[in-house]
Amino acid sequence: MLEMTWRRFRRHRPALIGVGVIVLFVLLAVFAPIVSPYDPEQNNLDIRLQPPTLEHLMGTDELGRDLFTRILYGSRISLAIGVLSMMLAVTVGTLIGAAAGFHGGGIDAVLMRMTDVFLAFPRLFVLILVTTLLRQLNLPWLPAGSFAPIIFVIGLLSWMSVARLVRAAYLSIREKEYVEAARGVGAGDARIMFRHILPNTASPIIVAGTLGVAASILTESGLSYLGFGVQLPTPTWGNMLRSAQAQMTYAPWTAVFPGLMIFSAVIAINYIGDGLRDALDPQREVR
Amino acid sequence: MATSSDGALVQVVGLKKYFPITQGIVFQRKIADVKAVDGLDFSIQRGETLGLVGESGCGKSTTGRTVLQLYSPTAGQVVFQGKDLTKLHGEDLRKMRRNMQMIFQDPYASLNPRMTVGDIIGEPLEVHNIAKGKEKKERVQELLSIVGLNPYFVNRYPHEFSGGQRQRIGVARALAVNPAFIVCDEPISALDVSIQAQIINLLEELQEKFHLTYLFIAHDLSVVRHISDRIAVMYLGKIVELTDRNALYANPLHPYTKALLSAVPIPDPIIEEKRERIILVGDVPSPVNPPSGCRFHTRCPLAIDICKRVDPEFRDVGNNHWVACHVV
Repeated sequence: MLEMTWRRFRRHRPALIGVGVIVLFVLLAVFAPIVSPYDPEQNNLDIRLQPPTLEHLMGTDELGRDLFTRILYGSRISLAIGVLSMMLAVTVGTLIGAAAGFHGGGIDAVLMRMTDVFLAFPRLFVLILVTTLLRQLNLPWLPAGSFAPIIFVIGLLSWMSVARLVRAAYLSIREKEYVEAARGVGAGDARIMFRHILPNTASPIIVAGTLGVAASILTESGLSYLGFGVQLPTPTWGNMLRSAQAQMTYAPWTAVFPGLMIFSAVIAINYIGDGLRDALDPQREVR
Repeated sequence: MATSSDGALVQVVGLKKYFPITQGIVFQRKIADVKAVDGLDFSIQRGETLGLVGESGCGKSTTGRTVLQLYSPTAGQVVFQGKDLTKLHGEDLRKMRRNMQMIFQDPYASLNPRMTVGDIIGEPLEVHNIAKGKEKKERVQELLSIVGLNPYFVNRYPHEFSGGQRQRIGVARALAVNPAFIVCDEPISALDVSIQAQIINLLEELQEKFHLTYLFIAHDLSVVRHISDRIAVMYLGKIVELTDRNALYANPLHPYTKALLSAVPIPDPIIEEKRERIILVGDVPSPVNPPSGCRFHTRCPLAIDICKRVDPEFRDVGNNHWVACHVV
């Protein structure tokens, strides 16, 4: 099973490149202090807005900070938010979709209408409102500047597509004979839901989750760009773009490099998702 | 009450299963019922094999599943080991499943493709708290060798096996909890002819070894004759005849049984040439709207006036030979 998936995945060249790019980004993020000698938050007003040189690979920003360094440290946060919020979304979406698809009837109707309601929310508005609110409340267990609320809110606003996929899969799989066999053997509902049906829904969940990481990174960038995401001076790709706005005409590198990072990360992850979809779908022919 | 209840392991009384046909999306209303099983009475003695035959769509499989409460019956009782299964729900019913199991028709669809053989056969042991860990693995390996498979197959997946081997896995799963009663739902219909005999022999061996009681569902008359002690013939949701296997083949009373038996080819060209086929006209009527009176009257060569009006009683005509027909 796994072996065959890998064999098919390998044939998907863009996905392989995607994996390479993401692995590179993750390694750079993890080893940022080794890769770069600079401090991402240390101002140095003598070298403001320098274009890319060998010393500062991507130039410096308006406060003289090394842009390359800030991008490395920023990728830590951008990638972490993307992955963690999608994990939350996949968990919530799977639980809701599983409950709806497995039980059907009234439970299904209530849960799916709730999903529709969440889909109808103006996403950005709710994101801004809730993150701002959480910050204003100054909750004692929530340290100031923590990006947990952002993960939380993005996650809780993007589980709907997963829930729908999982529900559809459960609806069809619960009618399979091996599910009936499990019931006949004496397995309870929970066991059937999670041991018998869930593994058979893994492929659409994995694909949706992968694509969701890219969407979350974009959402976080958008949010930070608008100034409601992660607060300065902590760098993320999104808020670096925001700071670059003012000097975009005479120091374009401050905008180009963070933009390129977002672009390449999202495209890479989307290609991985595509590759996984092809590799995990047994109906698709191996070319 | 159909047959005597002395020593009966399973007693089925007035069992009905209707599947509703609904219309509308938001407000579903029932417009009709598919009367898949419509009033069955029979009992299965401890240690015997009751064969259940009938053509496709007559409700054989539904009967098997309803007896095991995989479908909840519309009406009737299923008394198993002194308990009425239709009154049990949730956890009580789940615990009862330790004593009754099922072997499915399709060995490809009835095994979870994402579980290993060890997980599949070990599951009943786990859910009934019979064995865990190492003990479970040993029991699974023992079961594999009982059904004639290599014990080292535990970590393989179902797709690595042939149809016959998969059916053996299904048998091992049913056997794991040491049940008293097994419903075999056409366990050999999906297999190659060459494999069918192997599985039949296996089932017979196991019956002897573990004192099993079978409800054996099939449409192959010669197989049923081979394995059964008594045979029930079903037509459109009802049992029309029920008797000892030899009596049924030697002296079928119901016109439907006669027609059914006359369709079996005889593997001897001289006798085969003289075989008289009773060819039934028309199709099986829809179980949504079954004919009035005797359900078979629309196709019965012997039908008389009363057959159209009165549903014949299922009665004993002597020697425990039960039949539902006005003409007999």
